[in-house]
Amino acid sequence: MSRQPDTDERPIHPDLPDEWPIHRDDSVAFGLRGWVRWGWRQLTSMRTALILLFLLAVAAIPGSLLPQRNLNPQRVAEYFRQYPDLAPVLDRLGMFDVFAAPWFAAIYLLLFISLAGCVIPRTWRHAVALLDRPPAAPRHLSRLPYADRWETEATPAEAVAAARAELAGLRFRTETDSPDGRSGSWVAAEKGYLRETGNLLFHLALLALLFAVAAGALFGYRGNILVVEGDGFANTVAAYDKFDPGRVFDPRGLQPFSLHLERFQASYITSGPQRGQPQSFQARLRYRPDLESPERTRTLEVNHPLEIDGAKVYLLGHGYAPTFEVRDGAGRVAFSGAVPFLPQDQATFTSEGVVKVPDAQPKQLGFSGFFTPTTVRTDRGITSSFPAATDPAVTLLAQAGDLGLDGGFPQSVYQLDTRRLTRLKAELLRPGDTMTLPDNLGSITFTGYREWASLQVTYDPGRVFALATAALAVIGLVVTLGMRRRRVWVRATPGEGGRTVVEAGGLPRADAGGGFAEEFSTLAGRLRSVTRAETSRAEE
Amino acid sequence: MPGDLGLAGLSDGLMTTAVVVYSLAMLGYAGEFALGRGRARTPAAAGTRVLVGAGPPAEDALPEDAETGRPRPRDVGVLLGRAAVALTVLGWAFHLTQILTRGLAAQRWPWGNMHEFTSALAFSAVTALLVLLYRHRVRYLGLFVLLPVVLGLELASTVLYTAVGPLVPALNSYWIAIHVTAAVIAAGCFTAASAAAVLYLVVDRYERQRSLGRTVGMSGIAGALPGKEVLDRLAYRTLAFGFPIWTFAIIAGAIWAEAAWGRYWGWDPKETWSFITWIVYAGYLHARVTAGWRGRRLAIVALIGFGCFLFNFFGVNIWVVGLHSYAGL
Ligand code: HEM
Repeated sequence: MSRQPDTDERPIHPDLPDEWPIHRDDSVAFGLRGWVRWGWRQLTSMRTALILLFLLAVAAIPGSLLPQRNLNPQRVAEYFRQYPDLAPVLDRLGMFDVFAAPWFAAIYLLLFISLAGCVIPRTWRHAVALLDRPPAAPRHLSRLPYADRWETEATPAEAVAAARAELAGLRFRTETDSPDGRSGSWVAAEKGYLRETGNLLFHLALLALLFAVAAGALFGYRGNILVVEGDGFANTVAAYDKFDPGRVFDPRGLQPFSLHLERFQASYITSGPQRGQPQSFQARLRYRPDLESPERTRTLEVNHPLEIDGAKVYLLGHGYAPTFEVRDGAGRVAFSGAVPFLPQDQATFTSEGVVKVPDAQPKQLGFSGFFTPTTVRTDRGITSSFPAATDPAVTLLAQAGDLGLDGGFPQSVYQLDTRRLTRLKAELLRPGDTMTLPDNLGSITFTGYREWASLQVTYDPGRVFALATAALAVIGLVVTLGMRRRRVWVRATPGEGGRTVVEAGGLPRADAGGGFAEEFSTLAGRLRSVTRAETSRAEE
Repeated sequence: MPGDLGLAGLSDGLMTTAVVVYSLAMLGYAGEFALGRGRARTPAAAGTRVLVGAGPPAEDALPEDAETGRPRPRDVGVLLGRAAVALTVLGWAFHLTQILTRGLAAQRWPWGNMHEFTSALAFSAVTALLVLLYRHRVRYLGLFVLLPVVLGLELASTVLYTAVGPLVPALNSYWIAIHVTAAVIAAGCFTAASAAAVLYLVVDRYERQRSLGRTVGMSGIAGALPGKEVLDRLAYRTLAFGFPIWTFAIIAGAIWAEAAWGRYWGWDPKETWSFITWIVYAGYLHARVTAGWRGRRLAIVALIGFGCFLFNFFGVNIWVVGLHSYAGL
């Protein structure tokens, strides 16, 4: 069982991982194959990985400093208004959709290809190394970065056996050149295989995480919907105000649940410096997981989503929906119901909205205005001083004419197209108040208010898998960063005067943390004592 | 009722006390530099082969041996340094009490706004310093960790001051304990590692200038510092400890985001900068095993990582609009 020492030929330097790079094949590259191989070697090199990591970090910066369409389209539009020359250029570069931009994808895909290219072969090699024995002692132990030498009265075989027993006791994996462990001339020992195991686990887990994230994005969906108290919806694409399916999502896969918002309640701090800050939001729901199941109830809160069959329902926001009854010129009820108003500011919940009454005769009616939950008059006008509805009012501007709904263009329900409307009058209404319109055009009564909740439904089939891979990545990291891998060899040879010369050498592998010198000197001390070193004759 | 005003006032007073004690400690550390405690440095350069046989290996030891090796007990500088350590412990105790009373006053985890985060961050940095002092006798680090700590606490008690109050509903989750605590611990490690990286650059510059035969102004400080390798290793070990914790903090944040906002990752500015910080530190760990990247460049990468972290903590909260904005000033 004699193996060629393999360490002598390697670049021995404590800082360079001796197993890197994997491709040692330095044959001269010819033609296309050569170039491909060269390119692959570059891509999977540590330096490329490093550069791609830094590139990824830099590439993410504009995505955090410029407004992004997927997060906040209004702010993107605002940016266009503010910088009309710059914005289109940035837009062409994908700066408002950084995380969906091809160049961003290119960087992380290259990084992950590089990752796969370096980690998969490494995993294979590590698996082999785990089954293998520590490599034989190199010829010249004194050439190793850490080395020691002493003399003893013990025979070489005794010294080697004692060293081996000591190293094995320290949980090194050992190997000698004699099968029975008694007559050998060297012992090779290695420890810390787990470091590489952890490192590979970490990198492979990252790779798996990418797939989990991709799976969620491809097969999942996200829908947003605003529900007024007393209303509900069934989980269908048409029900949502906004629906983002994954690329390969099949709408027939929508979980067949339905839900109904019974009541929404918010509470706020009523005094002190944080007055007006929300304390809790609760939405009381009734829902059915599918058509057959009996109805259940549940209180939905922020941070506590409702899970139905893999889909999750979240409470994201809330607001007021004042209720109106509109009579037209003929005295007929042309509209009756709740109209969601959008909060303009979270501290006071002054909310804006419009009421469109296309069925009114003789003219269509439109009202725009704002809802103030706690109404106060200031010298700058009417506003709200508190988010809860302690003294609600609406301030409405009534208009009549043509609402422009027949133009064939979709219109926002929160805006009036005022081009063919004439202003009639404006008034502040408290619950129960009625504003009578001039010219016998009708009247509007502010009958009260309800609250609405904005809900989000998400389905992400990669979620649990992503969490599992992330957990594995952390475990791998902790293991790899807490471990050191090192090899130690001891060789005993007959010296002058019947004495035995013992040499010990050590090699840390990728010793990023340092500290091997201390460890080696302690170890050498123990080896000296177990081999009965003659301290008086020791070197120096 | 939002908080107990007596306890809250006590907490504010304790913060001032901690600042005063830390400042005195800084004076002590500075005094030790000024009076010079001799060159703590061992001359071995990284990567040289050392024949280890007799005596402790010079290359690998952290500077404790430099201190115990040639003790000068009557040296005023050393006495000042020791007093500074005692003051650091005292300040730390005040600081701990400050955070506890704040939490008791608010009846919740005491890191719900910028004022509280900053105090927790500073506390974590001092804790990291104490651990390093205990394990590696790094008194030379004291001044450079306490400087940002005192600045941070000053900011916390002035510009960032927020009276005790409850949390907004979105923050009201046990994940705040897990996610923010992990982030704060990692941040303490990052701060200590950055101090080591700065000192690395100081020593590196000093040595390069000296090797060119120039006289250098900071010989006083540089002379009292350990060798570059020691600083480099200190930074590495501290970061290697902090990095998995930061990774965990990000994952815990993702789990929380999934519960609160319906997605575990959405490239919100805060998330993006956590990611950038993480990537830069991953780059640091890679750079250590990449030929040509060790030394000065590595120290700079570590500092860039810390810069990203600070920007995430302060810059993003102040200038960038995002979901995390409610944490407030
Ligand atoms: C997704 C991008 C990547 C991330 C976030 C990442 C992160 C990390 C981290 C945090 C470490 C530290 C663990 C340690 O020091 O042992 C590490 C180590 C390592 N990484 Fe990566 N890595 C990535 C991609 C790559 C790629 C593309 C390669 C191949 C070229 C690579 C090769 C290595 C190697 C060889 C080590 C071990 C260093 C050592 O033994 O100390 N990594 N990586």
